[in-house]
This record gives sequence, structure tokens and C-alpha cells, in this order.
Amino acid sequence: MTDSYSPHPAYRLMVNGEPHDVSDAWIGESLLHVLRERLELPGAKSACEQGECGSCSVLVDGVLVCACLVAAVTVADADIRTVESCGSSQSLSVVQQAFVDAGAVQCGFCTPGLIMAVQDLIDRGIQLPHASPFDELATREALSGNLCRCTGYGRVLDAVARAVEASR
Amino acid sequence: MIAAAPLSLADALRAIADDPFATVIAGGTDLMVQINAGRRPVTSLVSLRNVAELKGWSTESGNLRIGAGCSYSELERPDFAAIMPALAQAARTVGSPQIRNAGTIGGNLATASPAGDTLPVLVALDAQLEIASSSATRSIAISDFLVGPKQTDLRQGELIVAISVPVLRGAQEFLKVGTRNAMVISVASVAVLADLDAQGVRIGLGTVGPTVLRGARAEAWTRSNIDWDSNRVVGNLDEFVALVRSDSHPIDDHRSTKRYRSHAIGICARRALQRVFP
Ligand SMILES: Cc1cc2nc3c(=O)[nH]c(=O)nc-3n(C[C@H](O)[C@H](O)[C@H](O)COP(=O)(O)OP(=O)(O)OC[C@H]3O[C@@H](n4cnc5c(N)ncnc54)[C@H](O)[C@@H]3O)c2cc1C
Ligand code: FES
Ligand code: FES
Repeated sequence: MTDSYSPHPAYRLMVNGEPHDVSDAWIGESLLHVLRERLELPGAKSACEQGECGSCSVLVDGVLVCACLVAAVTVADADIRTVESCGSSQSLSVVQQAFVDAGAVQCGFCTPGLIMAVQDLIDRGIQLPHASPFDELATREALSGNLCRCTGYGRVLDAVARAVEASR
Repeated sequence: MIAAAPLSLADALRAIADDPFATVIAGGTDLMVQINAGRRPVTSLVSLRNVAELKGWSTESGNLRIGAGCSYSELERPDFAAIMPALAQAARTVGSPQIRNAGTIGGNLATASPAGDTLPVLVALDAQLEIASSSATRSIAISDFLVGPKQTDLRQGELIVAISVPVLRGAQEFLKVGTRNAMVISVASVAVLADLDAQGVRIGLGTVGPTVLRGARAEAWTRSNIDWDSNRVVGNLDEFVALVRSDSHPIDDHRSTKRYRSHAIGICARRALQRVFP
């Protein structure tokens, strides 16, 4: 951040159904930065801050995007969902459980973004070309915006297959 | 004004007229990369996210009008692909699902990268851009709009509202070469569109010049080297490839070399023509 960034008056974000007031933010701050550094929601990960890795994936009005490429102030009216909305401390979501069962988590840095992308894939399932019951190419294409340096994706694909099966 | 989220085009145009230093943001996929890296100071933002007039597309009497705020995801969908397959295919090659959900065709035009993936298709179609300011609207041909690498004819206080292209009868193809399948900026790209009614082929060449180029010599070749009764190529494709290369003006840069780009554009164009006229 440079000194030429202007601070912005307080605004409100709706994250996971709850209002959060954001004050003293700079005008160009990304949604990712605001979530992590101002709202204590560190689930979305920050790695590249240029849309390449997908570790910051969130839903804005039901659409999967990179939080690092959203100017937070421009989504003050939107429904924002982060990985913190998946499952609870008592029970994991179907997708989270599938990742655990498939051993699809190694260092875990990519996992929150992948959970969001896989949840989105399943929620949109019927719109995917040739998606039923489980189409590996369609899945690879749907996850092409999420980089993982550890797993080699094999177990991630296995987790998707399990999650698709379990949510049927 | 610090940040504005107008709901109408008139309000958006007024906001940027009132604040000449405002930064216009649509999907943010080009702009936020700059802002995150501290390369783009911002004092105020006007978000196009909710501007109704920029959304959606429609067809009317042989023309397709695409709102500047259409995302790549919208252009990928089967209903759009049925009308303009080359643009749908170009949209599908952009970045990743997350980028395609956010990035807009208007942003691709305003950024005006020679590697912008929608541009070869739009140049091949002689797209007309609808541009508005708070005091006037104008229409401009895409070839006049794209004046250089990342340089456009867009003036202070103006927004791209929509893009109009003719709907053609005939097959279409868009191909791009990069280092891998997903998330890649092209090192060469080509759009080949048959126009069966005009008995011609329209060709747009990306990433092989300061702006996206029209393959004029190669197009001229197709007029006499395609049998328009059977829709088959009858001429020697090596000639076509040589003409595509002579229509291109690639350079060496950090992504590729002049030599490779020239090689790749010829191969892509040949392959695309063969798919359009199998
Ligand atoms: C990871 C990643 C991968 C990418 N891959 C590709 C790719 O494969 N192919 C490709 O072509 N591009 C790619 N891009 C670039 C980018 O996604 C596109 O250029 C996109 O179309 C930009 O649109 P946007 O709405 O996000 O623009 P923004 O970032 O919101 O804006 C970009 C510029 O356009 C101006 N602008 C936007 N809309 C208008 C309008 N209606 N009128 C006037 N000015 C306007 C803005 O003021 C700004 O100067 C990629 C980007 C990222 C981050
Ligand atoms: S941090 Fe957003 S895509 Fe990498
Ligand atoms: S588990 Fe380490 S990056 Fe994916």
C-alpha cells in the first residue's frame, strides 16, 4: 500500500449472514484484506493477490470469485460467504468431510479455497456440461483456478467424487 | 465522493463527470492486480457492478448487442454459444472460473491488451462500440478504438456501454496457444469465422502485433480458395499459412519470441480453418 491511498468512511459488509462494520479502511483494499486483517475471518488465504491461486475463493451473491480481486467497498450491498460458513466446530460439511476422508489435505493452504470451489461445483452441478454422475474433465476445469502445491490433485479429485456421491 | 455504486448508467456517467480522478472498476480482475501491487493509486472508485444498462445481451435483426458488463461466464453459456461460438470459446479460455465469473468484456476492451482474448473475435467481426459520457454518446469501430498496446480511444468521462456485432451464418473457431491450458495469457491467438452469406472468412489475430490485427491477406485468399458450393477448402493451405504470417507483426517479449509467435499463429490459423471447413 502506498501513501496515496485514501481512507474511506465506514461501510458495512454482510459476511456469512452477519453485518460487519469496516472503518479506517483504505479505498482500494481488497475484500481478502478486509476479511483477514479487519474482520478476523482468516479462512480465505492470501498467497498471490493476483487471482492466480484461488486460495482466497469466496462467494459474492452466490458467485465464486477471488476475494483478492474484489474491492471490498464495492460489495457493501452483497451477500458474502466465506469458508467459515461451511460446517461447524461440531460437524464438518459434506465437502469438508470428503476432503478428510480422501486425505486431500496436506499442508492445507489451498484447502479453504478448494472447499469453496468444490461446494460451488456441487451447487451448480446440473449446469455443468456432462456432469452426471462425476465427470473428471468437467471437475478439472471447474477447479482450474485453485492451485495446490502438495497433493498433485489426485486426492482432491477423489474428494470431489466422494462429495458428489454423498450429496446426491 | 469516495466510492459510488450507481444503479443506472446516467448516475455512473454523472459520477465520473463530477470526479475526473475517479477510478472506474467493473470486475476488478485487471485493476485489483495493479492496486494490490501498489502500482495504482486510488482516490475514489466508481463501481459498474450494479449498473443495469451494462448487463445482459440481446439479438435484433441480425445483430448481437452485448452489454459491456457481461462476464465471461455469461458468454460461455450454451444460449450465447449457439449464436456466437467463437466468442463463447474465447471466453471459456480466459483465466479460471473465478476470473470468468468476475471479468467483463468491457474491461477486456478498456484494458486493450494485444493478448485480450475477446478481441480477435471482435476485430474479425468489425465490432462497433457504443460509448457514452454524461453529455454525449458515440459509436466507434473497434479498429479505431484499439489504438496501441493497452491504449484506446476512450476519453475522460466516457464508459463503454455495449458492443454490437453481426450474427453470421457459418462455423467459427477461436484458438489460443500458451504455456498450459488453464490460467494463461496467450502467446498467439486466432479467430476464424465463416460468413457463408458473404462467401468469405473473417480472421482476427491476437498477440502478434501492437493491437489485435485483421488477417486481411489471408481473408482475401479464402475468397478464391474455398469452394462456396461445397464449403471445402480447395487451395493449398501452405499459402494460407504464409499469408496469415505476413498479416502478423509479432515481437519478442517476456512471454515468447517473435519467431515462435509467427510459427504458432500459422499453425493455429490452419487448424482453425480446417475445423471451420472440415
Ligand atoms: C489470474 C488472471 C487471469 C487472466 N486471464 C486472462 C485471459 O486468459 N485472457 C484475457 O483476455 N484476460 C485475462 N485476464 C485479464 C482480465 O481478466 C480481463 O482483461 C478482463 O476482461 C478485465 O475485465 P474486468 O471487468 O475485470 O476489468 P476491471 O479490472 O474492472 O477494469 C479494467 C479496466 O477497464 C476499465 N473499464 C472496465 N469496464 C469499463 C467500461 N464499461 N467502460 C470503460 N472502462 C471500463 C477500468 O476502468 C479499468 O481501467 C486475467 C486476469 C487475471 C487476474
Ligand atoms: S490470493 Fe487471491 S487468487 Fe491468490
Ligand atoms: S495441500 Fe498444500 S497447497 Fe494444497
